[in-house]
Amino acid sequence: MAPRKSASASGRKSAGKAGGKDFTVGAIADFSKDEDLAAYREMLLIRRFEEKAGQLYGMGFIGGFCHLYIGQEAVVVGMQMALKDGDGVITGYRDHGHMLAAGMSARGVMAELTGRQGGLSRGKGGSMHMFSKEKHFYGGHGIVGAQVALGTGIAFANKYRGNDNVSLAYFGDGAANQGQVYESFNMAALWKLPVIYIIENNRYAMGTAVSRASAQTDFSQRGLSFNIPGIQVDGMDVRAVKAAADEATAFCRAGKGPIILEMLTYRYRGHSMSDPAKYRSKDEVQKMRSDHDPIEQVKARLLEKGWASEDELKQIDKNVRDIVADSADFAQADPEPDVSELYTDILA
Amino acid sequence: MTIEILMPALSPTMEEGTLSKWVKQEGDKIVAGDVIAEIETDKATMEVEAVDEGVLGKILIAAGTANVKVNTPIAVLLQDGETAADAVAPAAPKAVEAAPAPVAAAAPVPAQPKVEALADPAIPAGTEFVSTTVREALRDAMAEEMRRDGDVFIMGEEVAEYQGAYKITQGLLQEFGPRRMVDTPITEHGFAGIGVGAAFTGLKPIVEFMTFNFAMQAIDHIINSAAKTLYMSGGQMGAPIVFRGPNGAAARVGAQHSQCYAAWYSQIPGLKVVMPYTAADAKGLLKAAIRDPNPVIFLESEILYGQSFDVPKLDDFVLPIGKARVHRQGKDATVVSFGIGMSYATKAVAELEKEGIDVELIDLRTIRPMDLPAVIESVKKTGRLVTVEEGFPQSSVGTEIATRVMQQAFDYLDAPIITIAGKDVPMPYAANLEKLALPSVAEVVEAVKTVCYK
Repeated sequence: MAPRKSASASGRKSAGKAGGKDFTVGAIADFSKDEDLAAYREMLLIRRFEEKAGQLYGMGFIGGFCHLYIGQEAVVVGMQMALKDGDGVITGYRDHGHMLAAGMSARGVMAELTGRQGGLSRGKGGSMHMFSKEKHFYGGHGIVGAQVALGTGIAFANKYRGNDNVSLAYFGDGAANQGQVYESFNMAALWKLPVIYIIENNRYAMGTAVSRASAQTDFSQRGLSFNIPGIQVDGMDVRAVKAAADEATAFCRAGKGPIILEMLTYRYRGHSMSDPAKYRSKDEVQKMRSDHDPIEQVKARLLEKGWASEDELKQIDKNVRDIVADSADFAQADPEPDVSELYTDILA
Repeated sequence: MTIEILMPALSPTMEEGTLSKWVKQEGDKIVAGDVIAEIETDKATMEVEAVDEGVLGKILIAAGTANVKVNTPIAVLLQDGETAADAVAPAAPKAVEAAPAPVAAAAPVPAQPKVEALADPAIPAGTEFVSTTVREALRDAMAEEMRRDGDVFIMGEEVAEYQGAYKITQGLLQEFGPRRMVDTPITEHGFAGIGVGAAFTGLKPIVEFMTFNFAMQAIDHIINSAAKTLYMSGGQMGAPIVFRGPNGAAARVGAQHSQCYAAWYSQIPGLKVVMPYTAADAKGLLKAAIRDPNPVIFLESEILYGQSFDVPKLDDFVLPIGKARVHRQGKDATVVSFGIGMSYATKAVAELEKEGIDVELIDLRTIRPMDLPAVIESVKKTGRLVTVEEGFPQSSVGTEIATRVMQQAFDYLDAPIITIAGKDVPMPYAANLEKLALPSVAEVVEAVKTVCYK
């Protein structure tokens, strides 16, 4: 096996099986009660939000493309827990979860999905294009792989300014085959830019299984020829994600350059709302849901440790549902953008 | 028989250079491959290697001579049995000794004609003008803006240590250091994206493309990432970035290196597209582009880099993007051009003047936003319009102007508009074919006569 560099000071190498047959666990963060409860709530918010978005899509309130993040919630939630103010985040088109995790409002995201004036982009961006200067969230990009070079540029800016902020560039197993990803890897390694490349390997690039598209299916090794260390992470376990995130952010903040985190994860829904997902079996999806669901894992842990009762968890669920219902009500009642918006924001 | 060593052409556009140093002296034995002299072009200092063997019999052009034309004999090489007496100097070389300003005009574009430009309204009366090459003007603009704003930096291939592939960034590494002068690998798609990402955070990158032909690798980031983000974010986030570099044909560099992108980029909402002709416009508009909060495509011309124009000596000379300049006032017909196209237009206008046709020549300067009012105002006066550009003819800048003038000033037109562009072919390499593929002064003259029914 080719040597895989680990960012770990202890030299630990996390393991995992490419293609995701298994989620062998690497380092696991030791979560406090508060951390577990926060992770539970955040992941649940994304799950419920996405379920509602799917429903509104079916009712015709949301148009165009709508890519749901259900199943992958532990990735963004675990990563976000390791960030500090000023750290930048950029991702592709499956971005609702990233925006909610970054602290952008559920109303703003949902109203953007319905194309209303109260949306984060005032209805002009849509599902794939939302941004927040305040939260250092840089989109929301629809061209597969573009966010990798852009995210590297955000890291370039951090280094230029001499701060110790990092940039998180999320992309999928499909985007990982784009040429500009490797152009970016090269420059990030050459200039030691503080960027964490998070490859969300959910096993399918639209309908193409990883093994049908990738010569090297261990994405954590995709930086080897640039000497970029990579770690494979159980992306269904928020504690594993958090542990990897801690390691990666420390690595970047120490000026050691870029690092790759391959998140072994799974999306339960189709690629987009119009994808019947016939390229995989129902059993495969069901097995993932029953054995590896990121939210159920935390729930079981909270109950087992006595950190929360069923009733308390139900209360969290209710609070989350209220936020989502409110965002959905808002997103349906809010007016469409004024027609004058057609010609605004073209030039600054 | 003695062998003449000729002044070599060391780049596609080089017509002359400075013979800066003789490495070999008269009487030295020379074998093929020996470095015999150093020649300074407008781009770089190059070593001249001997092709033939022999003894350096006579040096014809002294070290330090400037403006030595390509193909001028610079030395004589003696073969076995020959002596210095055999080295009869040919007719006196036409080198101009230490002329202060370089002789203008690079092939295949005609020399800059003496059409008087109107004073730009932004320049106060009594301002001193300094003869400056477009190359120096671009460098001065960037240096001034980098001194003014620490968020401005330059990235691209060979911009720093090499001093610029076309010497535009000469000296900037020495002044600003490697943090702000960033040499990139050959990776246009990647570094364009990095530049845009940095711009999202508020930095103001100047991304140099060695030529805009290579920017096709990066066009996704220019259009999808840079131009559209302000709109897609509802005004929250944009990209204050300049993409600049030589655009269009140089001289005999073939089809893949000879394309004009003015019309391409001019179609994109969210971009500004600037294409200057004079050094003053290059300086004033590049400074404006760097300060502009939007992505600006700044299209230069390798052929214009070495040409000199008067540039006002002002502490902070910034021109407005989006304003055309009346290069010459006239009453009989309007010619609209921009960038290198102005080279043909100015020459044609001078010829037409001799024939009694008084042309109003408008230098568009900015392609997007286009100063259509300036064009229409002129057409209302002359009733006749010819456009001139080097780019491809279909969906060209000229056809766009023609459409809009037809829509907005139809009643003022006394003749169909003629749009002169490059021919509808990939750029050929052969000198005669390349000349045919580009517009010519004669075409412009004939077009103006046609619209004037003369």
